[in-house]
Amino acid sequence: MSSPAITETKPSPPTTELMKVKVDGKEIAVPKTTPDPITGKPVATTMIQACALAKVDVPHYCYHPKLPVAGNCRMCLVEFGTPALGPDRKPVTNPDGTVKISKSPRPAIACATPISPGMEIYTNTPGVKQMREGVLEFLLINHPLDCPICDQAGECKLQEYSVDYGQATSRFVEPKVHKPKHVDLGPRIVLDDERCILCTRCIRFTRDIAGDDALGIVNRGSYNTLSAYPGKAFDNNYTLNTVDICPVGALTSKDFRFKMRVWFLKETKSVCTSCATGCNIVIGSREEKVYRYEPRENDAVNACWMCDYGRLNYKWIGSENRLTEVRIGKSTSTWTAALKEISEKLGKAAPGSVAIVASARQTNEELFLLSKLAQKFNALTDSVPRMKEGDKLLLSADRNPNSNGAKLTGISPAQMGANLPKIADRIRSGSIKTLIVFGEDVTKHGIGTDLLGKLETLIVSDILPNPTTELAHYLLPGCAHAEKRGSFTNGKGRVQRFMKAVEPKGEARPEWEFLHELVYQVTGQNGFASIEGLFNQMAREVPAFNGLTWAGLGDTGASVPI
Amino acid sequence: MIVKRDKLTFWERLYLPAIIGGFKVTLRHFFNKKVTMQYPEEKWVVPPGYRGAPYLVKDQADRTKCVSCQLCEFVCPPKAIRITPPGPQGSPEVGNVEKAPKEFEINMLRCIFCGFCQEVCPEEAIFLMKDYSLTGTSRGEMIYNKEKLLSLGGVHQDKIQKWKHKAEEAKEQGVAP
Repeated sequence: MSSPAITETKPSPPTTELMKVKVDGKEIAVPKTTPDPITGKPVATTMIQACALAKVDVPHYCYHPKLPVAGNCRMCLVEFGTPALGPDRKPVTNPDGTVKISKSPRPAIACATPISPGMEIYTNTPGVKQMREGVLEFLLINHPLDCPICDQAGECKLQEYSVDYGQATSRFVEPKVHKPKHVDLGPRIVLDDERCILCTRCIRFTRDIAGDDALGIVNRGSYNTLSAYPGKAFDNNYTLNTVDICPVGALTSKDFRFKMRVWFLKETKSVCTSCATGCNIVIGSREEKVYRYEPRENDAVNACWMCDYGRLNYKWIGSENRLTEVRIGKSTSTWTAALKEISEKLGKAAPGSVAIVASARQTNEELFLLSKLAQKFNALTDSVPRMKEGDKLLLSADRNPNSNGAKLTGISPAQMGANLPKIADRIRSGSIKTLIVFGEDVTKHGIGTDLLGKLETLIVSDILPNPTTELAHYLLPGCAHAEKRGSFTNGKGRVQRFMKAVEPKGEARPEWEFLHELVYQVTGQNGFASIEGLFNQMAREVPAFNGLTWAGLGDTGASVPI
Repeated sequence: MIVKRDKLTFWERLYLPAIIGGFKVTLRHFFNKKVTMQYPEEKWVVPPGYRGAPYLVKDQADRTKCVSCQLCEFVCPPKAIRITPPGPQGSPEVGNVEKAPKEFEINMLRCIFCGFCQEVCPEEAIFLMKDYSLTGTSRGEMIYNKEKLLSLGGVHQDKIQKWKHKAEEAKEQGVAP
């Protein structure tokens, strides 16, 4: 685990010296040094980074901005020139007064060549185009071209650059070198060795970022083969990131393999809910079914990565067991009837006779609305802590995505779970007659079925059935995060919003929608009926969120002090 | 605009010449070759290149040629095609091809017989054949499943057999496909 810094906001080096270079004739100032992706120490800026700053795309396979440079694919070859120096070591000028550039006689790989003052980089000359064509032709010598059965098709760099620099036919008449097509690398990864272009991105990721030196290349020449250490499974918690960074279809996810073609997937920006880190993700869904999570770049949270545990924790969204009906007692009802009855019951409830157990898996907005209900009844509130073992990279020990949101909105005491025994005691003594439970099975947390039986009113909202939902007097089906909008506050105080990918199942409704109605019916306070308005209202009323706006959160969120 | 109408001549006013002329045409056609086809009993033979119903084919080795790449599903303008990919386990029976559709449905009520599916298919697995009169007694019946499409499509004599060729090549090099 050599990269503890990636979950921090990297402060940009304060006074980096700038250097002027020209990319395709356009002059830009680029920092002389850039932090190394692994150590964070300043190292000389490379040509590919300068091109990226100039918004000029340089094709590449092995280079990845978050990995050490390997320089083995040769796709990023560019031509360049530096100011010509005279015998006096002074730049020579042309007759018209411009600096004379002496063009390098041979190209250089942009990913590993540092820039120098006054350098000119040429990425669109006929020579560069020819080099790219040549490199691509070589990369395809032994490539099986089985795009129709390859999961990478549609997001494959070989396909993309073949459109730009490829040829319709191969000039090679020799048979292709065949390699094993279905290698079981570990519990979550299948390797197709034929497709591999030996860029070693996966090796560098797993060695330098995940800290598990499990992969390597064996054999020589055309027989080069990616392989896991003999007898050892490639099974650290970050293996699926290698599937993302694999520029071709060599590494494929067993979970997503042959399930759906990527071009059908609708991509929705969201946040992972499996722990307090709150990795930024893209949800791939088609026809109201979630197919995969992929990490989304956010240098303040997760860089380009996410853990396998979080990535594969999506199947419950499409579960057959989902609660899809509003229930009053054991009979199916409607939202109108249930909310009317609940607000009548709550309207009669005495202060202090109501308790709320919310979930730290709920959004800031929902917890904020619940805190309004709690204020009205002076209710005892809490949520359930989920502490497990974390790791040094991304997985947090706190498996609730929004513990900080629960604390900042006042739903959870500073020590989460401290009020749960008190709630249990007061139900036992009879002073609490109404319990509102959101998204938690309280029978597992000290409020057993016998206590729930003593309550006059038990209002439960959840996504999947559990013993608490069985006993509910009013059961309100809720939504998974992929089915609604909202925001979470992660373990480091980063408020991040997420978008809706799929429609809620059955009668389920986003919790904030019906909580908004309930708060209005019970307290008479009319809030905002849109998530934007609700968030902005919360930002005004909750001190910790002051100054934030829904629009201002953007795709990567904003930090609040915790 | 004023249309000038000429007065009819004597012959024209006589009316009979036109009647006789008309009967001559009728009489000529009476002895010509008949063009009307007695349709349900007599079937029209479509010309080559006709775009009829799309069906799936097998190759001469009895392998379903479709590998469920879903390009036809993507390109289909009326969204008539729906493919269920095999899932993580792939299809063990197809050897080095790894993938075959678990289910393949074409809604013939939606199909507009444009031929894009045949054009886009990288495996030559779907062809627009000569069937033009598709009937059924319910909408459900008009959704043809994989089994039906394959039985209607028959065998396509594949000259290249690229997957077989690849498997043989790998075998020669000592790599099990």
